[in-house]
Amino acid sequence: MSETNPKFKVTIDGIEVEVDPGTTILNAARMIGGDVVPPAMCYYSSLEGSGGKCRTCLVEVSKSSEKDPRPMPKLVASCFTPIMDGMEVKNKSSEKVIDARAGVVEMLLINHPLDCPVCDQAGECDLQNLAYEHGKSTTRYEFERRTFDKVDIGEYIKLHMTRCILCYRCVYTANQLTDKREHGVLKRGDAAEIGTFIEKNLKNDFIGNVIDVCPVGALTDKTFRFRSRVWYTKPMDAHRACKCCSSKAVVWMIGDEIARVTARKDQYGEVKEFICNECRFEKKEKSDWIIEGPRHIERSSVISANHYEVDAPVHTPLLNKA
Amino acid sequence: MDRKLLLEHIGVEGIHTHDVYRKQGGYKAVEKALKSMSPDDIVEEVKKSGLRGRGGAGFPTGMKWSFIAKPEGVPRHFLCNADESEPGTFKDRYLMEKIPHLLIEGMILSSYALGCNQSYIYIRGEYMYILQILEKAIAEAYANGWLGKNIKGSGFDLELAVSAGAGAYICGEETALIESLEGKRGNPRIKPPFPAVKGLWGRPTVVNNVETIAAVVPIVNEGGDAYAQFGIGRSTGTKLISAAGNINKPGVYEINMGITVEEFIYSDTYCGGMKNGKKLKACVPGGSSVPILPHYLVCKTAAGEDRLMSYESLADGGFVTGSMLGSGGFVVYDEDQCIVRNTWNFTRFYHHESCGQCSPCREGTGWMEKVLHRLDYGHGKMEDIDLLWDIQRKIEGNTICPLGDAAAWPVAAAIRHFREEFEWHVNEPKLCITKNYGLVNEKKFEPVNA
Repeated sequence: MSETNPKFKVTIDGIEVEVDPGTTILNAARMIGGDVVPPAMCYYSSLEGSGGKCRTCLVEVSKSSEKDPRPMPKLVASCFTPIMDGMEVKNKSSEKVIDARAGVVEMLLINHPLDCPVCDQAGECDLQNLAYEHGKSTTRYEFERRTFDKVDIGEYIKLHMTRCILCYRCVYTANQLTDKREHGVLKRGDAAEIGTFIEKNLKNDFIGNVIDVCPVGALTDKTFRFRSRVWYTKPMDAHRACKCCSSKAVVWMIGDEIARVTARKDQYGEVKEFICNECRFEKKEKSDWIIEGPRHIERSSVISANHYEVDAPVHTPLLNKA
Repeated sequence: MDRKLLLEHIGVEGIHTHDVYRKQGGYKAVEKALKSMSPDDIVEEVKKSGLRGRGGAGFPTGMKWSFIAKPEGVPRHFLCNADESEPGTFKDRYLMEKIPHLLIEGMILSSYALGCNQSYIYIRGEYMYILQILEKAIAEAYANGWLGKNIKGSGFDLELAVSAGAGAYICGEETALIESLEGKRGNPRIKPPFPAVKGLWGRPTVVNNVETIAAVVPIVNEGGDAYAQFGIGRSTGTKLISAAGNINKPGVYEINMGITVEEFIYSDTYCGGMKNGKKLKACVPGGSSVPILPHYLVCKTAAGEDRLMSYESLADGGFVTGSMLGSGGFVVYDEDQCIVRNTWNFTRFYHHESCGQCSPCREGTGWMEKVLHRLDYGHGKMEDIDLLWDIQRKIEGNTICPLGDAAAWPVAAAIRHFREEFEWHVNEPKLCITKNYGLVNEKKFEPVNA
């Protein structure tokens, strides 16, 4: 097997890993996990063509390959660069990368409204996490920030373009998940905006997933907007009998009420199984769902600050393992 | 060696029509190539000629052509990049306007060399009147059997069409051009894969600049070796330079690469010296995206040698004391001009033209523009200069396409060479609104052509 499928060796921050040819640096780093994984704001593994835009995943390639040991002249986007045999990559161990990434975070934030205190995404926002980890606490930007009007782009979805970082994820989602894309990017440069051409409605069965893929609070669930801070809700894995999707969802409860429903995100904030609009927006009764148990939330996340009932221990799966 | 290769017959009445062009020896290269040369022969001649891309990057054309993938049964495409929108560059416009058939002839030769049967000229939307000239010329070429099925009985088919952009500078980047031609939003693609492998509609594609394609005609006519006799070193052949700014004779000149910059600016054959007897202050030798050169580095390199109009000599000293030949947009500034204002103007352009795909360029260009605007209007602070330096450093090299670099370089060079002027704008907020730095500090510039 190994003869027909030679594996490539790649070293990331001094940790060696063997991966299949064609794997990107980012995915190789994710195989190692932990600190060496570059942050990604626009790359989404299940969306074809995504990535390369936000530039937060820039890494330094200090050795291109075994055959050609020269370093790459520029920092490369790890989500798009395939690994070569013998490649050596520096992520956190490179000062150039840290510096460039701080620059990218600064650029992403200069026109971001920083309205986290009223933003529904706060607590589960990729940009917030990124800025917390790589950004600075002050800004050097002294000009008026770019703003847009809030738009209703469908029965259930609110677009707040001011918060958008133009990752294009929602565009790819609509392109690849639904049968008709009705929104896209209009205009160019820093005037570019996500929009529906002539105020069309997004009403496809799976269009609600654009909310989950949005790394910031630009696309929000109108059934949940301003109802609660995310860390006051309790996430529970749940499923139901649904005709059109796997319905493997997370229901976010306030007391006995279901406040909102989202798909299940993995540790990199990516949804592997998308859910349909019916599950997401219309089934808000507890009786609609079969609740499996509390959702595992990373300890570092602010969401884990919420309290579960004593008789539903959070770490049961881990205890069983031990 | 002052012979012109591209603009030889530019003065002939009616050269834009097929009949006159043919009488002046036009389409001889196509006849010769289709009769006696194989496609590989042409590629070989172009390699021998040492022709380098005239669009700005200066990549050897023969090498670019040899990279094209040739999978069985997959059509290949040849595209002409006529999306010339760099501030300061207007050489392609002149060429297409005056001798459109030269471009068409070059397109036929290049398409034949690469085995492409469907080629496109992608022209910028603002050149609508040239689109009409080109379409007329293409119709003439079809009528005379230079395009279409089985050209002149050789068995080679070529369809040629012109497609207009909608006025985006970014569509001059080859992958954005391809996207735009496919009818999508003109966002540059992430490379690899390069267009030579996966370009237009996923097929192998070569994109070349108008002038590069036109230069294939004399190469086929006279042979690659004869072409390589022109120019100097690795900068072979002739180059169209569009000269603008405070000179006596702005316009498009075909130069033999290797003449000195001094000769180009001051001789009567070319720019004819500085206008109104003013002194030279600075020069942008290759279009707005290349670093600006201060007066003491225009005619001489940092090592004290004469600076020549060639890829190597203009780049001598790297970005610290050199610049680039770029696309040949030669802009000359006299002592009265304000570099801060000029830099702001350039940055405003890049801010307007950024596609908005990657964050450093989308946000950074706008930020730089605002800071420069503030400086120019006397509201700046000393920290702003360092801030600008930092922003451009964060953009450069961190973007998908070279637009980010192109936006960063002029700012970096302006601060590097004219920091004093930026500081003056901060120190003299009232004066800088009413007067240019140059007018206030006239005595600073020594004549360099003495």
